[in-house]
Amino acid sequence: MAVDAGALETGPSVRRARLRLSGFFWRRPWLRAVGLLALPLAAFLVVYVGSLGVLFISSLWTSSSLTSTIEHTWTFANYRTIFSRAGPYLHIAGFTLEMAAIVTLTCAVLAFPLAFFMARLAGKRARAVLFVLVLLPLWSSYLVRLYAWQTILAHNGAINWALNGLGLPSQNLAYTNTAMWIVYTYVWLPFMVLPVYAALERIPDSYLEASADLGARGWRTFRSVILPLVLPGIVAGSIFTFALTLGDYITPALVGGTSSDMIGTVVYQNFATNLPFAAAFAVIPMAIMGAYLLIARRLGAFEAL
Amino acid sequence: MTGRGTHISLAIWSVLVIAFLWIPLAIIALYAFNGSTIQGWPITSWTTHWFSVAWHDADVRSAFELSVKVGAISAVIALVLGTMAAAAVARYRFFGREAVSFLLVLPLALPGIITAMALVSFFNFAGIQASIWTIVIGHATFCVVVVYNNVVARLRRSSGSLIEASQDLGADGWQTFRFVLWPVLSTALVAGGLLAFALSFDEVIVTTFTAGAQHTLPLWILDNIRQGQQLPVINVVAFFVIVVTVIPVALAQRVMRDTGVIRRGSAQVTEAVEAAEIPAV
Amino acid sequence: MRRIWQRPRASVVVVLAVTAALAFVASGCGGGGGGGGSTTAASTTATTIGKGEGSLDVIEWPYYTDKSFAQPFEKQTGCIIHRKDAGTSQEMFALMHANGGGGGGQYDLVSASGDASLRLIDAGDVQPIDINQIPSWKDFLPQFKSPAHNTVDGKHYGVSVQWGPNTLIYNTQKVKPAPTGWGDTYSSKYKGNLTAPNNAIQIADAALYLMQTKPSLGIKDPYELTQAQLTAATQLLLNQKPLLKRYWNYAADEITSFKNGDVWMGAGWPYQTLQLQGDKQPIKEIVPLPTTGWADTWMLAAKAPHPNCAMKWMQYVTTPKVEAQQAIVFGETPVNPLACPYMDKIQKGSCAAYHLNEPESYYSKIKFWKTPVPQCGWNSSSDCMDYNAWVQAWAKVTG
Repeated sequence: MAVDAGALETGPSVRRARLRLSGFFWRRPWLRAVGLLALPLAAFLVVYVGSLGVLFISSLWTSSSLTSTIEHTWTFANYRTIFSRAGPYLHIAGFTLEMAAIVTLTCAVLAFPLAFFMARLAGKRARAVLFVLVLLPLWSSYLVRLYAWQTILAHNGAINWALNGLGLPSQNLAYTNTAMWIVYTYVWLPFMVLPVYAALERIPDSYLEASADLGARGWRTFRSVILPLVLPGIVAGSIFTFALTLGDYITPALVGGTSSDMIGTVVYQNFATNLPFAAAFAVIPMAIMGAYLLIARRLGAFEAL
Repeated sequence: MTGRGTHISLAIWSVLVIAFLWIPLAIIALYAFNGSTIQGWPITSWTTHWFSVAWHDADVRSAFELSVKVGAISAVIALVLGTMAAAAVARYRFFGREAVSFLLVLPLALPGIITAMALVSFFNFAGIQASIWTIVIGHATFCVVVVYNNVVARLRRSSGSLIEASQDLGADGWQTFRFVLWPVLSTALVAGGLLAFALSFDEVIVTTFTAGAQHTLPLWILDNIRQGQQLPVINVVAFFVIVVTVIPVALAQRVMRDTGVIRRGSAQVTEAVEAAEIPAV
Repeated sequence: MRRIWQRPRASVVVVLAVTAALAFVASGCGGGGGGGGSTTAASTTATTIGKGEGSLDVIEWPYYTDKSFAQPFEKQTGCIIHRKDAGTSQEMFALMHANGGGGGGQYDLVSASGDASLRLIDAGDVQPIDINQIPSWKDFLPQFKSPAHNTVDGKHYGVSVQWGPNTLIYNTQKVKPAPTGWGDTYSSKYKGNLTAPNNAIQIADAALYLMQTKPSLGIKDPYELTQAQLTAATQLLLNQKPLLKRYWNYAADEITSFKNGDVWMGAGWPYQTLQLQGDKQPIKEIVPLPTTGWADTWMLAAKAPHPNCAMKWMQYVTTPKVEAQQAIVFGETPVNPLACPYMDKIQKGSCAAYHLNEPESYYSKIKFWKTPVPQCGWNSSSDCMDYNAWVQAWAKVTG
């Protein structure tokens, strides 16, 4: 018995009441769970998930061209427009996916050696310092970092100054897809470094010793022991680089070129004036991320998060 | 296991990547002292004039105040909701337990623009007019998971029998919370709250949709980058934002180091990594 | 090694299914997806303007409430102005229509051009005003007193304020000889160094060019295009795309691009030219007629939180002196001809430079922005392309 029976009968009434209440809840753990969970869950279900559902439903409606009033006529017209080969939207979606994939790959390539060095080769002090050095840019404003690159990539910016200093000609990097690729890689890089680092850090030394004992050389150990164990971390990092690129519209607007429209751009442009169409287009990244999360979960990325 | 050559090349690679991460930040910080109104490089004249211009700009001040207010309120809401949800998930087994984790992570796992649209649709549906409260609701929605992750991780590392022992010794619910749970959770809550604040302070996409005519600091920056009329002031504000978001995060790091219960040396690192996982967009 | 294949937990599936069902029910009961409710225009034709509320929130083209002429107003009335600059009419409409429409209770005034004004009126986002409360109105040029784009059924949904053309801006040092017409923006001579506005209404500029160079298409009105004509205009823009460095979203983008040397020539507004010249850049502009242009109206939001301040601003900005000041800051033409002497006082010869002294000849050569609708005025049919079709065509160009 959790509560001393004697205490229920004696002592000040407030304390008795509190004890009785605590006893009541102690005997019914599910009630405690419900009590704790009710508020956050209600908030989320109603405000967030419910709205997502309504959004999806409104994608099956249309919007008047002149006044942007939503007409509750059920139709697949929006989806037909998006998936039509003659229209630009499939191309835009494809471009966004391509950009997300390339950025994820670049981040993984840049992050892995750094994470490996931090996790397995650096001394304790160096590791702590490097960790903080990777973490801090992550938290300084996305917009500020984007703005920094806008000035660096400009025709009279730091990159061309450096190139000219080396005797190389000025490059036209501003307002190109290359510029977007550089910026995205830069902004999402810490998201990739941290989970990969955590995954590498968790590999016990005994695994590597055992592998060496069994006769495997460095590369074989890397391929057969380290890589499978680090994969969940890479996938976890890629969730962020992928999701964040899929929905972004600010980077294309600020450093993108003439063919840089992304899914986020179209959704943002149509949101207030043609909500059903914007919702329909937004279903694509939702579906992609849903599928991605499911795959990532099966690869164990959620434990690596 | 690795040869000396590999060791050195990896070290060089690491230095280069870290430099890649920090040089743009350094450059924009330098631009805050740029004497000319043209954003060219290299900087030829230096001044601190723009700092006073930014300081006296009423729009910048009110945007900063709004950002701080929104960040603080969102962090508090996130702390309450996140802790409640974390306590339920970490301690009890019930139907739908996995769904809760998945649900709470959605606002961050889904692209920001989708979260923004969902929230605005809800506000329109409920007839809620845009105001500081719509911004706060938007921010709290994705800040909850930051606190939730922190607290769940902490609760998983501490023993459930602590509460039983406390009850056995005759403490009621409130005393248990005050004398047993709070010391165990306090650093996780502080860290979670600081991270939630930093996340809210920097957020721009969801805020663009949920704010009406109100300007948080990121919104002010975005508007002015587009209008291009006050680039030198933006440089100063950018410099300032870097400094202001770095402080809570550095503090959170500090705080996270003293975990109440440690099982492995890597526990604190993993915790920090879990906490830091959350996108700043 | 962890099991790779794990079935999704039943709990996750059930929770999502229940929520989806709830959402379905909710959408049926409630007003449905957000952003759709149109508000009926409240008819506040008050006879007197009350006391100022101390604040005024406007959606504007850049510098339409410039401090140089807005500060005296703020001191006089105590209405402190908070500005939101927009880049396109589409953006202005979106801002006014968001958050439940009528300005969402966030904005009081919007300086809408002709391609946004009728949409705002039809959507119920703006309310009619009592035009007799604007004393300067009786002096306006006749074309701007009750134009079709802001006066419906005799009701005035705002007051005209300024008008002007889209211009061809170029860098005098890089573009030699100087351009002579819009054709220069479609030629590959300066490939990679051109710019164009990121605005669906640009299709009208292409249509206007085709009106002169390919009469066989039968384009009579650049805003009323059949499917074939729209396709032709889109093709012209697709051909132009490889010549461009970028599309500009905001006036400031274009200014920065010219300043950085990224861009040498492109369509813009007189505002950009004046800003660049003020910054000692080697920039000039030409206005090849006929061209597209805009006629702007200050409109009162249906849910304006500060209607008195809004009306006071409308009164103030249409007086001759302020009209002159604004015209010279932005590079546009006033609707109040009494501004002419004031313009010449601020800047000699400006009245003639902006054609206020002989507006009729200038006026007829500008094809003012208006919303594309299915009803074709020139052949009384209804198969002209509507605005959604223009938006999709434009997405094809920029995507």
